[in-house]
Amino acid sequence: MMLTCKEVSRLVSQGLDRRLGLGERVKLRLHLAICDGCRNFRRQLDFLREALARLGQ
Amino acid sequence: MKDFRTDVEGERPYLLRYASLQLRDRQAAEDAVQDTLVAALAGEKGFAGRSNLRTWLTGILKHKIVDTIRKQARETTLLATEADPADFDALFDDTGHWAQAPADWGHPDAALGQKQFFAALEDCLGRLPRKTSQAFLMREHMGLETTEICKELGVTSTHCWVLLYRARMALRECLETNWFKK
Repeated sequence: MMLTCKEVSRLVSQGLDRRLGLGERVKLRLHLAICDGCRNFRRQLDFLREALARLGQ
Repeated sequence: MKDFRTDVEGERPYLLRYASLQLRDRQAAEDAVQDTLVAALAGEKGFAGRSNLRTWLTGILKHKIVDTIRKQARETTLLATEADPADFDALFDDTGHWAQAPADWGHPDAALGQKQFFAALEDCLGRLPRKTSQAFLMREHMGLETTEICKELGVTSTHCWVLLYRARMALRECLETNWFKK
């Protein structure tokens, strides 16, 4: 079963907070391989992490 | 000694702004900063040899902020709406696809060198509900683990993930609208 973008957005976020299971990672990778919007989303969250680390410097 | 005291006192406005962003409570922020300055003056030796006073003071302040958040958490319960991810339903269509897909931000790193970007980011943070913002800042700014954050906020780990998800969804949308599309 393919994940929806909505499910992917939650998993991408949780992936920054906990170690995802093997099944989750495989499904995530399959979806990201074909979805520009979700790939952008993941890059944006990575960027947020970097920006927040520098906040107040 | 007098110079050290003056230097420390000179950082008060910066520290107050920093604490206010995270605590969302002027009085609590002033208390945390006051505690920090007192601790700093008492622990001048701890600073000896370090190059950056602001970094050192901010390190002390972070602990005071987490202490304050822990106390706040004991006194207030999580708003039901803050733990509910359902309000993002509008961002997706009935099949679970993005109603409006996140855009390509190009090379966003360039923004990290700009003061205005951080002003926009702080403005976006200010629009988040308090606990959502605090959970997010503890995670991404202070680098605490999710389990610690849940403990400080007095919520379950599932709630924690929801808070962090909400924060990221709201922030990326806010920045896309207010910074990257401008």
